[in-house]
Amino acid sequence: MATKLPAVDAVLVGFGWTGAIIAQELTEAGLNVLALERGSFRDTIPDFSPTHIQDELRYAVRKATFEEPERQTLTFRNSTNETALPMRQLGSFLPGVGVGGAGVHWNGQNWRYLPTDFRIRSHTQERYGKQFLPDDMTVQDWPLSYADLEPHYDTWEYLCGISGKAGNLGGAIQPGGNPFEGPRQREFPNPPLARSAASMKFDEAARSIGLHPFPCPAANTSRPYKNPLGVQMGQCTYCGFCEWFGCGNYSKASPQSTILPVLLRKDSFQCKAGANVTRVNLDSTGKRATGVTYVDAQGREFEQPADLVVLCAYSLHNVHLMLLSGIGTPYDAATGRGVVGKNYAYQATANVDVFFDEIVNPFMGAGALGQVVDDFNGDNFDHGPHGFIGGAYISMWSTGGRPILQHYLPEGTPAWGAQWKSAMHENYLRSPSMQVHGSVMSYRGNCLDLDPTYRDVYGNPLLRLTFDFHPNELDMMKFTTDRAVDIAKAVKGARGYRKRERKGHYGIVEYQTTHNTGGAILGDSPGNSAVNPYLQSWDVSNVFVMGASAYPQNAGYNPTGTVGALTYWAADAIRSR
Amino acid sequence: MTIPTPTLSRRDFLAATAAGVSACACQGVPREVAPLDIPNETRMDAPLFFSADERRFIVAACSRLIPKDELGPGAVEAGVPDFIDRQLAGPYGQARTWYMHGPWEKGTAEQGYQLKSTPAELYRLAIRDIDDYCRKKYRNAFAQINPQDQDEVLGALEKKDGIDLPNVPGNAFFTMLLQNTTEGFLSDPMYGGNRDFAGWKLIGFPGPRYNYVEQIEQYGTPYTLPPVGLLGRRGTGVTKA
Repeated sequence: MATKLPAVDAVLVGFGWTGAIIAQELTEAGLNVLALERGSFRDTIPDFSPTHIQDELRYAVRKATFEEPERQTLTFRNSTNETALPMRQLGSFLPGVGVGGAGVHWNGQNWRYLPTDFRIRSHTQERYGKQFLPDDMTVQDWPLSYADLEPHYDTWEYLCGISGKAGNLGGAIQPGGNPFEGPRQREFPNPPLARSAASMKFDEAARSIGLHPFPCPAANTSRPYKNPLGVQMGQCTYCGFCEWFGCGNYSKASPQSTILPVLLRKDSFQCKAGANVTRVNLDSTGKRATGVTYVDAQGREFEQPADLVVLCAYSLHNVHLMLLSGIGTPYDAATGRGVVGKNYAYQATANVDVFFDEIVNPFMGAGALGQVVDDFNGDNFDHGPHGFIGGAYISMWSTGGRPILQHYLPEGTPAWGAQWKSAMHENYLRSPSMQVHGSVMSYRGNCLDLDPTYRDVYGNPLLRLTFDFHPNELDMMKFTTDRAVDIAKAVKGARGYRKRERKGHYGIVEYQTTHNTGGAILGDSPGNSAVNPYLQSWDVSNVFVMGASAYPQNAGYNPTGTVGALTYWAADAIRSR
Repeated sequence: MTIPTPTLSRRDFLAATAAGVSACACQGVPREVAPLDIPNETRMDAPLFFSADERRFIVAACSRLIPKDELGPGAVEAGVPDFIDRQLAGPYGQARTWYMHGPWEKGTAEQGYQLKSTPAELYRLAIRDIDDYCRKKYRNAFAQINPQDQDEVLGALEKKDGIDLPNVPGNAFFTMLLQNTTEGFLSDPMYGGNRDFAGWKLIGFPGPRYNYVEQIEQYGTPYTLPPVGLLGRRGTGVTKA
């Protein structure tokens, strides 16, 4: 029997990036806010201290900061005619757990979507004709535009102290930035990070074949920075332990390094860690939420009443909780009816490793230290001759040189023995890797629902993921990966390259990206979406659903920048309602 | 790096370093008081999981996967068998964070690991099966056959259906063994492998050095400071900075 607790104005399910932003904004509006976080409380010191966080085995290999499948996982299959089986260990993606969520362990590669990404269906049909989109592709326009989100992108980027160079200020293209980006109202708050050896080599090669390289906008601060909330961040030291690690240097933007020092001081805010929400409770009409039920670390069940429920969990968990709670009509891939679980999408990635004669010291780096070309992303090039839509950026990263997972060896090198050892000796210091980071459109058959067989530690059905890459994505990746090879061939001082293509079925084993999107998508009508343009459930009006679960399809960019902007956009609407 | 003061008794020093080991896991103790050495009483080669036969197998396999040669120590010299033993005795070996509930089905390659065995169980079953296979084919356990035959067995296990073992898929075990061997060779020495920074010296990784602000734009310039681990520089032959 659940213990009933005193009511709060707003309860947040999950306390990562979106939870921290919503809590800050709603407490500013005078509400009492309670955040429930399934993981533990974490702060920069002691949890991310440089005296122990730079431990590849513990954090990157044994995955100490991520969700534990033992407690919660999902089942997976490539298509509806297979039996989904549990993801027994983490692989393809790594949802965070604990205060700060995945905002603790991201790299900080911070992007805005292109203006055309927000109206992909109408834009594609206008430019390439109505027949250009495959029948089973279910992409839809966002119900808001790039211009609507621009002020919120700006707020987010100044919160995080993004280091970068604008490519488009109010419509005027700027040298040194991304000439393809949408217009921004002002320059980035900080200049780009120092450039690594690999970035410089990539930059020269890309320019030599007529492309437009620029520094990736980075949520790693290039200099000391005080954000608009008054929180001080420190200069990045290029230690090379961003992705999958917390930052002990106050340099990588995370809830801890940008918002929590202000938020945690407020009397109107409380966070309970170790509180796993299992249901959003609805009243007898099913149209209104009365609060949530959660289970604490001792297994005790509590009912937390609230006027407003904001789902701020990872995209997959937002959808899972909606399905468990009966919020909205579950999507049925067989009929195409229903909305919750519809339009799950992901990211398509490939790599081209480059082998130099000269050392490039790969261990010096930062999560978003890289040089990028956007010439083949979105609709930045003519798709007419190719027959696919979408695209990818091509980047040369210097995210770090952690020895176990970040060593690259030439094609044909044995995986063990004396030859492997000798190849490690010759190549580790000389081989950075380029990434091709591509969009994934949504399809009728790619979706989320509840598994009929497997259950989590709370006795609830696991989420079931049905997903595969489609010819559109594989064709797009083939084209863009070949463009990356063009750059690799133009690089000076390189002995060779190794192309690691994206081919065949999607598999859940190999790490790709933690860029899972969709399932509770936004739209302009209850018939085509789970939430309205302000991320409010069409069905249960006092439930809002933050995060990348709202994306109707995934663009060729890391999703976090748009998650931040979209959260500010929704917070603005909730506050002004 | 400060050297402990000579007036400190050995007992005080051991107490201080022991406290430092436990405290640094949660508090970010400044480097000055972090231990540079492990107390002598802690032995990285204390057997925790493997039986004597199993250990012989692992030592033999590690010496073929990453052999000692003119480039330097191999996996055995770097302490990788100790590393794997400790890993299998701990939460990893017990699959503590994995979802291990049925029903169990074979699944597709895309669906990943679907075996009922934890890593520790997989090692135990596979080593027994491989030794049986070697006794039949080569009249000796894996550790006792010659290196060329050992390479042949490992090469067959590496292939998807190279050797049909009675209790476990040989390829699943080989994948795990190779992964753990690489981990042991290249992870922080505090876990028992990468002894004397053998793995990091081979490739040129200086360890968790933390600050490269001065060096990152010195293109093509070697980084010259010796490797350091999270617990200091034990084994590098460097006694002070």
